[in-house]
Amino acid sequence: MTVVVAIGTRKGLWLARSEDRVTWEVDGPHHAMQEVYAVAFDTRSGLRLLTGVSSPHFGPGVSISDDLGATWEESSSPPIAFPVDDAALERVWQLQPAPASQPGVVWAGTQPSALFKSTDGGRSFEFVEGLWNHPHRPEWEGGAGGQAVHTIVPHPSDPDRVLVAMSTGGVYRTSDGGKSWEACNKGIKAYFFPDPWPEFGQCVHKVAQHPSSPSRFYAQNHHGVYRSDDGGDSWQSIADGLPTDFGFAMVVHPNDPDTIFTFPIEADGRRFPPEGKCRVYRSRDAGKTWEALGTGLPDNFWTAVMRDAMCTDNAEVPGVYFGSRSGEVYASPDEGETWHQVAAHLPDVMSVRAAVIPT
Amino acid sequence: MKVTVLIPGVLRTATDGAAHLDVDVPEPATLGTALDVLADTYPALDRRLRDERSALRRYVNFYVNGEECRRLAGPATPLPAGAEIQILPSVAGG
Repeated sequence: MTVVVAIGTRKGLWLARSEDRVTWEVDGPHHAMQEVYAVAFDTRSGLRLLTGVSSPHFGPGVSISDDLGATWEESSSPPIAFPVDDAALERVWQLQPAPASQPGVVWAGTQPSALFKSTDGGRSFEFVEGLWNHPHRPEWEGGAGGQAVHTIVPHPSDPDRVLVAMSTGGVYRTSDGGKSWEACNKGIKAYFFPDPWPEFGQCVHKVAQHPSSPSRFYAQNHHGVYRSDDGGDSWQSIADGLPTDFGFAMVVHPNDPDTIFTFPIEADGRRFPPEGKCRVYRSRDAGKTWEALGTGLPDNFWTAVMRDAMCTDNAEVPGVYFGSRSGEVYASPDEGETWHQVAAHLPDVMSVRAAVIPT
Repeated sequence: MKVTVLIPGVLRTATDGAAHLDVDVPEPATLGTALDVLADTYPALDRRLRDERSALRRYVNFYVNGEECRRLAGPATPLPAGAEIQILPSVAGG
């Protein structure tokens, strides 16, 4: 078994390969000097690597490789373009292939906050007007990183149902293929407003779902860790047992809907791991209890892990991966029990995705 | 009316390697109409120079006969016959 990890950074993409998920060979940079906020492996047919790239000079785009970075394909016309007068694409934050039952469908979340849908595997995208025309949109604000749809969770079996999250704005869902959207943030706190329980405006950092439990979602919020068991109708805190409720990442074990991983950060005002200790936290019971995982991870780790910089692979015993703002990437071959360094001294890591290379 | 566009090295992958392009622009010619003509032949170049609203990218500079167009009229900057448009990425980033 060979696993490949795509590491998107502020200055390009690196690809790491390993047969044992302990020792790694790293190559790159691909897309040198371009931000890579979004990476995705499309495992539905072969192994396609999709990247959301953005040049500070020459703008954003989507670049695709079907040979793990040996060659890249980028359309001559903009693959994602706003068909409106008051917005232009600034950055692609998320590329999300749909379930295998929808071949060719890839969703894209963008800055400014909008959703696009591709039906040709990510070569071209159509604007989802329903979300853009939502009456809440004028009140969505930008966080420190910009105003973006950064999370897309397609329903595992119903192509009409999709959940998105944005900062700020919160969680929205559609059940009619994107024509209409409803805010679903009940129970998620927005402590930075005079009314901390608004209908929308929350700063949800990441939402994750296991395909076998489509009514359950996990969310890492800008202070607050939550679970919904009713498809997003309501959210309950699962932060007890964590050292802090701030963080960006939220990842579900690919084979166990009760197991989740996060990377706690001390606070909005102190964006370091608690005590500077690099620790992944894992819950085996859907957030009731948490355990710190640190074997092989350093102390004096004064950096942070961003919302898309943590993932698992799709192996039978899944590996877990994360990268940091300080350009370090770690892998666990055993569901978080032990960790090994994949790479160091890279630019700020913004996105990490991993997959088993098909034989 | 013919004008010449000078392409920086970093963008020549989008012009089949050409360092300068002669463009026939309908009159009255402006920087914007010259870029429109260029976009028909070189769409991959255009998307690096302008966004989907045809706004000039912030960190790409366009000099018309040596004068930076933002100090003139931006995309509406008129082009005299035989004008030379030099495209230069600005100094940015870290």
